[in-house]
Amino acid sequence: MQQDGFRFRLYKDHLFKIAVILFSFSSVLPLLFILFHIFKNGISVINWQFLTNLPKPVGDTGGGISNAIVGTGMLLSVSCVLAIPLGICAGIYLSEHKEGRLSYLVRLSVEILQGIPSIVIGIIAYVWIVMPLRTFSAVSGGIALAIMMLPVIVRSAEETLKLIPDSLKEASLSLGVPYYKTILKVVLPAGLSGVVSGIILSIARVAGETAPLLFTAFGNPFMNLNLLKPVNSLPLLVFNYAASPYPEWHSLAWGASLVLGVFVLLLNAFSKVMIRKWKVRF
Amino acid sequence: METESNTGALSVADFLDAAKHKEKTKRWQFDPFTTPESIFRAILYGSALCMVLLLSGILLTLIIESFPSIKAFGLRFITSTTWDPVTGEFGALPFLVGTLITSFMALVLSLPFSLSLSIYLGEYAAEDVLSSMLRSAVELLAGIPSVIYGFWGLFIMVPVVRYIEIKLGVTPYGVGMLTSSLILAIMIIPYSASLGREVIRLVPTELKEAAYSLGATRFEVIRRVILPYVVSGITAGNILALGRAIGETMAVTMVIGNSNVIPRSIFAPANTMASVIANEFTEATSTLYLSSLVEIGLLLFMVTLVINIIGKKIIKKMSVQV
Repeated sequence: MQQDGFRFRLYKDHLFKIAVILFSFSSVLPLLFILFHIFKNGISVINWQFLTNLPKPVGDTGGGISNAIVGTGMLLSVSCVLAIPLGICAGIYLSEHKEGRLSYLVRLSVEILQGIPSIVIGIIAYVWIVMPLRTFSAVSGGIALAIMMLPVIVRSAEETLKLIPDSLKEASLSLGVPYYKTILKVVLPAGLSGVVSGIILSIARVAGETAPLLFTAFGNPFMNLNLLKPVNSLPLLVFNYAASPYPEWHSLAWGASLVLGVFVLLLNAFSKVMIRKWKVRF
Repeated sequence: METESNTGALSVADFLDAAKHKEKTKRWQFDPFTTPESIFRAILYGSALCMVLLLSGILLTLIIESFPSIKAFGLRFITSTTWDPVTGEFGALPFLVGTLITSFMALVLSLPFSLSLSIYLGEYAAEDVLSSMLRSAVELLAGIPSVIYGFWGLFIMVPVVRYIEIKLGVTPYGVGMLTSSLILAIMIIPYSASLGREVIRLVPTELKEAAYSLGATRFEVIRRVILPYVVSGITAGNILALGRAIGETMAVTMVIGNSNVIPRSIFAPANTMASVIANEFTEATSTLYLSSLVEIGLLLFMVTLVINIIGKKIIKKMSVQV
């Protein structure tokens, strides 16, 4: 009787372990399926023309996604120009002022900003930029993405710069170096790898975003280099062409999602490697 | 821990701070913006202030822009089921219901998987190649853009669900709440799993060893020692994942089928708060239509805010305990 109870407990233990392993590994299956389908359908469309041509009208074969690649580049440049300096400065402020009412408020705001659904950011950029200018534009899309990048940059800058020991700063100040030079030339370079990997992570976060671009960058079937006109972007192109009824456009969308997916995953992997390899150590 | 390490350097830092402060106030009186020092400080202060202003600006804009619809419908906005742009009658209940059902269904569907992942990665897995591969795969899952999830769902998942629906004998839409919940479930697994793993690793070894020494099996240790210890952390992870699911737009928009009535079954097409904004915002011609959509955005903002605050509160409490 006692022997049976013991065996039953071991049996339950084994069963549980098998169930846990089974569920754990099966949750990776969707990833494999998604990667498999994107590679299978995407790799056949990708060639040099695909990357350099404009999308062709329905019926013509051999269109490309050059306008979306250029558009994504423009949107990311605008958002980087806006978000990186602002984010790093706010991060420096937080790491320098660990306590205080403003620091508390800023930390709270950044935390809340990070949680705002991306579609709401889209509404904000529409009201702030698109309505006054009366046109969809690359700038408005870039601003929407910048708002999404900011929290990530601020937090990574703060977390990294906090780790820099005071002795380093004090040594610099004791030599008579002004405060601003101490921060810019001693503290910031010491924590550079953490700040940069935070920036890359934030770019990876927004590069695949579609929702904030729906009514800001809007999409554009042509090549456009004007910041005040609508531009296309890779995620927008995937969304618009996936919803269309034409097989040619579907294959364009598969190719575009392969390019986008590889780009975003590489950025993610790069920032992870950076965090691991060039960790700030003191 | 932190205060301990600081006490040593406190006097020096205090002295420096006081000196800087004195210097700053002295310069400030006659030379506010000309020395690089004060310009630098002003820039830092301004950027920090910018974050607060940005958040208040966002909140204010949402409230001001949704004012026409708040005035026109009042509380009826969240209780009425009619969403009719033609007659100018806007009630958001179908979207609230759609959001609630899809996100909770996604949470329930993801629970066995995320819980197993947390237990496996936090307790069972040794630091070997297989488990680190599993961890990277879960991280990859979190990195895939949502529009790709939606695209994949539309072309791969929808036919599968349609096949199941035909077998079950219900109307075979393919798109609908079940499909969106499945996609959402896949998308939120990494979030709850990574936090769950963290908290399971924090369980003190003494507790586990005490249970083992009494003859408990590993299952019993997990069930009676680890899970009770981490239940609030796991809850927090799932609450944050729920917040993700509620705010998720693109993947849901592409597979939910966009129907503005209250869904009658989990197979029926519906709309969530995020997806209705994505679909109709550019079509909104009248002020009232646009402001109703913004009010949905405001509601969405509030709901995710409350959920995130609750989740973060629980995590903070946990980390104080540990």
